[in-house]
Formats: sequence, structure tokens, C-alpha cells
Amino acid sequence: MAATSPPGTGLLKGLGVTVKHLFRRPSTLMYPYERDDLAPRTRGVIALMDENCTVCMLCARECPDWCIYIESHKETVPPAKEGGRARTRNVLDRFAIDFSLCMYCGICVEVCPFDALWWSPEFEYSEYNMESLLHEMEKLREWADTVPAPPPLDDGAQPPAEVADAIEKAEKERELAEAKAAEEAQAKEQGADAGGAAPAAAKADEPKVEAGQIDQETYDQLIAEGKSERMARSKAKAAYVKKEKARLKAEAETVGDDGGAEQAAAPKPAEVHVEAGQIDQETYDQLIAEGKTERMARAKAKAAYVKKEKARLRAEAEGADATASEEAAATDESAAAADQEPSDDRAQTSDDAPAQETRKLGDVQVEGAGEIDQEVFDQLIAEGKSERIARSKAKAAWVKKRKQEQLDQEGDA
Amino acid sequence: MMASLTHATTTVAQTVSLFDGVDGFVLPVILKLAFVLAVFFVLPLVGGYLEHKVMGRMQHRRGPVEAGPFGSLQLVADGIKFIQKEDLIPSAADRWVFAVAPGIALVPAMLVFLVIPFGPGVFALDFELGLFYALAATSVSVLGVLMGGWASANKFSLIGGLRAGAQLIAYELPLIIAAITVAVQAGTLSLVGIVESQATFQLFGTGINVWFVFPQIVGFAIFFVAAMAELSRPPFDMPIGDSELVFGYMTEYTGIKYAMYMLTEYAGMISMSALMVVLYLGGWQLLPGVPLPGCEAGGGLFDCSPLGIALGVAITIAKIMALVFVMVWARVAYPRLREDQLQRISWLVLVPLSLANLAVVTILKVVF
Repeated sequence: MAATSPPGTGLLKGLGVTVKHLFRRPSTLMYPYERDDLAPRTRGVIALMDENCTVCMLCARECPDWCIYIESHKETVPPAKEGGRARTRNVLDRFAIDFSLCMYCGICVEVCPFDALWWSPEFEYSEYNMESLLHEMEKLREWADTVPAPPPLDDGAQPPAEVADAIEKAEKERELAEAKAAEEAQAKEQGADAGGAAPAAAKADEPKVEAGQIDQETYDQLIAEGKSERMARSKAKAAYVKKEKARLKAEAETVGDDGGAEQAAAPKPAEVHVEAGQIDQETYDQLIAEGKTERMARAKAKAAYVKKEKARLRAEAEGADATASEEAAATDESAAAADQEPSDDRAQTSDDAPAQETRKLGDVQVEGAGEIDQEVFDQLIAEGKSERIARSKAKAAWVKKRKQEQLDQEGDA
Repeated sequence: MMASLTHATTTVAQTVSLFDGVDGFVLPVILKLAFVLAVFFVLPLVGGYLEHKVMGRMQHRRGPVEAGPFGSLQLVADGIKFIQKEDLIPSAADRWVFAVAPGIALVPAMLVFLVIPFGPGVFALDFELGLFYALAATSVSVLGVLMGGWASANKFSLIGGLRAGAQLIAYELPLIIAAITVAVQAGTLSLVGIVESQATFQLFGTGINVWFVFPQIVGFAIFFVAAMAELSRPPFDMPIGDSELVFGYMTEYTGIKYAMYMLTEYAGMISMSALMVVLYLGGWQLLPGVPLPGCEAGGGLFDCSPLGIALGVAITIAKIMALVFVMVWARVAYPRLREDQLQRISWLVLVPLSLANLAVVTILKVVF
């Protein structure tokens, strides 16, 4: 192709291109006034979830800049079971990252085996002096509140094993509740005199328990068993709620002095304790046939085995005594499982209300993570938090609220 | 030809500066100095702001937005910053020459504004040799550049300075020949006279009143390119070519001295654009053959009411800024030329073309 255009055409063409761009919208983001929604994996700041940290020192050793400082001491944890062996574990005293040295390579986040280090997209922490860039544990913990939820799965992707298990568990629970409701209805029909007391008792069955505290015993036990801190914490929380509920119920029942007391007292958790570890071959084969992954199939099969064993043992112990409320047995069983069978843990997580709720919150996707919850923001500011922390927390609160709203809407529908 | 020449000179002699309307000797002088300084310090900043904004928008940016309304005071802020900066002089530098060089570049750029008319009566001086003076003064600036390049004791500065010198020699010639062509056409070297002659100029053989840009479009193009090259504006900025010479003759300069060099460049943009407006674009005339409102004499260009004066100044400045815009436009559109390409364009294209242009215009002038 010979160039046929007259001389100078190229020059004019160049001017044409630039003048065309003169009238385009500038792609500038007016930063301090507008903020971009940064990608969830943005390397802004490194956050620490210190409860997950086991002081393995991998991050500090892998850090190319040696900008992570860790100090810890050992503590002895009393044996979990009678006659067990006391264990030692590391307790984190200091965890600091010097962001004046950090080069944001992310190796520490990659290498952390216990999900204690996370990337957060927050980046506005410049300081007037270098020493202030050394973020101690408290500050790194605050950054953890700004860690965004992981991005949603692709369409058609298999849900993670724990989510699948939790959904299955929730469905089972619903079935149980339905069965219980049917039973109650039956009881209402049958006993006219007990009719007045039954609803009241049912109300007392569901005492409100403030979530948030943890059951130290469960926690220590799970830690001793080598679970991650985060998991141990969430389970211990669940166990606490369960125990509290059981205690409150027991109190209500002793006060109410009616026949319900023997019902609740009847099935002792120890009676139906089952050694975990074996799998239910039938369930396993079935799941594999359904195309589940081997890991998920095995986990579910384990759970199925435990369930079956328990049912069998209970049947043996109680013989033909079918009067014991199925609901109470189920609750106690799961409480027992939560307390004593951590190998079955993924299925059990969904048993407790708070854990299930957070999981569901995680399922919900909310558009626009950039807005902030003004109320939370104001409150934090009033508490003397820095504007940055307040904003990032208020952002998190906003997202959480939206998610809760969405969940409530779904629940209404 | 002689008749027209004498006619032109007689009319020019009657035009007086507004500032001479004040009584006394000292006061008009002070007013003229204030006028020149005001023009020198304000218009380059306006041009610089225009460049920032236009360049930004052409590159999908916004340019300055924070300092002042729409970022208009950005260059003022820059100036304040430059004043605060440490004034470094390299230990090997020729201290005295190094310190004086930016001033030698700056002062001629300021002096050019002495003769440039911005409106009816709005000029400090109406030289008989106004055009000659303006071109001579702009050429002195390169002396400051050469001195700065030499005194810096830095190879990049030296090469940059020498490139600037070579560029000036190469492009001064077509620039002057193009300007001479206009002077031949107008029959005067007075810049006010050239504006006036454009108000009455009629295209060869016809009765249509036009500006000199129409018969001398080639000359205008040559002048424009040569002016950009003389100011070492991109794409002719080899003297400071960042990729090869760090920053050329300005490499070692910091703070206020650097700012003086930059101001020289922007003032040069304004003065060269103003010269082009006067020589080719009819000065403060709105359109060819259209008299300014409130103006009586000289084809509607002189003896104006205050409104006419303000309008004339506004028209001149608008034309200057339009030319500055084109310079910025070219800067954004074109990559920097190579040093040898630069010299080739001047000696092999612009110089013969301008000579031919001069010959043609002179012949036409004699014939019609």
C-alpha cells in the first residue's frame, strides 16, 4: 500500500486526535472529595486478627524488609479432660508492623497459615513523623474491621464445604422444628388441661441470650486440639449461647416446678457421646455418586456417622421410651457435639443462631461499599476515635446494616 | 510603492500612546513602565494557565483545580514556591555568569512588550522601527540561555545551551524574512502602523479589505513555526530535551532563577503571539473591514471611546490566547523532533520558502 495521502495529512490528523480528546470528560477522580471503590484485594494496609495468631513467626521470618515485630510468651493450658495432659500455647504480647519499612509485597499475608493477616484497602494513614508508621497490635486489630468480605463466587461454582454443610444443617433444623410444631399441635389437641401451660413453657424454651461472650472451656479445649483461634472463638461463642440458654431454661423450669424438669434432665450429653472420626460409608458413597468432592463427602459422611451412632446409642439407652421430647434430645445432642466433637465442627457451626446469622450476612451481597453509617461514625468520633478509623468502621457498619435489611426482607418474603 | 510608503508613515506619526495624554514627563513614564510590567507579569501567567488546562484536558486530566477558582492561581502559587526554594549554585559553576544569565534572558523578554500595541493607544511606545526593535530584543534572550548553559559547568547544560544557540541562528532567519515581508506589504516598520495598514489593505486587484494573513498565509505559517522553534517550545524543545539532556541549560538552576527562565519562555509565547496578531491578524480589529464601535479615525481603529479601547484590548488578548492555544495544541500533538531534523526543516524548507514568499509579495506589491 503506497501512501497516497497528501503531505501534511498526518500532522493534521495528529491535531485532530488531540482536539477530539480536548472535549472528552477527564477521567480524573477528584480524590479527597470523591473516593473510588477499591478492589477487595487492594494492598492498602495489613490488618491483624490477633486471635488467629499462633506466634508461628512465619510472617516475621518471610518478611523481606524485616518490618514485623512479634513478642510472645508461653502459657500452660489445663487439660481439657479429666486425666488429660496440660498443654502449652503461645500468647501474643506484641505484634507490630513498621509501615515505613514495609514494601507491601504481601508475603506475610500469603504465608500466614491461620488467616491472622489480611489486606485491607484502607490507605490513608500517612503521618508527619516516621515513628507513627509503626502500627502496634491495637491499631492493626482496628484495621481488621476494614477488611472487606471476600468477593462472591462465580456463577455455578460449588459452595465452600462449610457453607454447604451449614445449609444442610439448617434445613435439618427446620425439619426438626416442623416436626416439633406438629407434635405440639398434637399435644394441644390431646391434653386440654396442659394446653394453658404448654405455650408458656415453649416461650421459656427460647430465652434470649446476649451473644458475644465466649465459653472459655470450649475455647481452651478447641485450642488445645489445634483448631485455629478464629474457629475456636466462634464455636466457643456458640457454645456459650447454648449453655446460657440451657441454664436459663433449667432455671425457668425449676422455678416453674412442672414435669418438664425431668424431660430436660433426662438425656445426659455423656450418654450419647460418640467417638468421631469414622465415616458412614453409605452416605459417603451416595455423596460421591452425586458428584460432591471427596473432601466434602468425607466430612458429611463423618457427620452422618456420628448422628447415626448417637441415634443408635440413644435408642439403646432409652429403650422404647419414646416420650422423651425429640427436640430436647436434638438440642442436647448438638450442644454436646459442639462441646465435645470438634471434628464434626463444620456441620455444628450452623447450630447456634449467631454463627448462622453471620454466615448468612456473608452470603448477602450489598452494592456500594463506599457509604458510611453516619450514626456509627458520629458515635465513634464522640468516643475519640480518629476520623479514619471511625469512617472505616462506619463503612463496615453500613454494609452490615444493608445486609441485615436485605436478609430481613428475604425473611419477610 | 514610494507613494504608499510615505502615506503610511505620515498616518503613523499621528498615533500617540494613551499614557502620553497625561501631563508632565515623569508620570507618563511611570504609567508606561507599570503598563509594561503588568502585561509582562499577568499575560504569561494567563497563557501558562491556559497551557496547563488545555494540556490537561487533551490528556484526559483536569489540570490545576485547587489553587484559586478553577486552579487559576496555580502559577502564582508556583511562583511563591520558587521564591522559597534554596538557590543552589554548583561549586564548579562560573558564579557570576551563572547568576546573571537568567536575568539576561528575562529582561529582553520584558522589553519586547514596550512596543507591542494591545489596543487603540494602548502601547508604551510607537517606534518607527518597532518591528526591528521587537525582533532584536527577542534575539537577545538566547544570550542568557547560552550563558546559563556555559556557566553551569555541566555537559547537559552546555549541550542544551549550544543547541539553543544553533536553533536561534537557524530559525531567526526565516522569522525575520517573514516579518520583513509584512513590513514590505505594510510599508512601515512601526507595529501600530502595520495594524493600521491592515485596516485599509485591499487584496491585490480586488476591493476586499483583508488582514495580511490572507495574502501571506505561507509567511504566517513560517513565522508561527519559527517562533515556536525560537522559543524552544515543543515539538522544537531540543535545548531542554528531557530524554537526552536532563533539562538542558536549566539543569542546574533552581528556585527563582529557574522561575525566571520559565517566565522568559511564557513571556516569549505571549510576545511572539502578540507580534503575530499585529503582523498578520489585524491587531485589535474584530473582523477585516469592521470598524470598532466608538472609534473614529484610521478605518475605525483610532481615536476611540473608553468602550472601544476596552474592546480593542480584549480582542487583541483573545487573539493572543488563541495563538497560545494553537502552540499548546501542537505541543500535545507532536513528538519532539531530532536535532538534525530541526536544522533541516529550517535551512532546507523554511529559509527558501520565506525567501520565495518575500519575492512574490514584493513583486505583487510593485505590480498592484
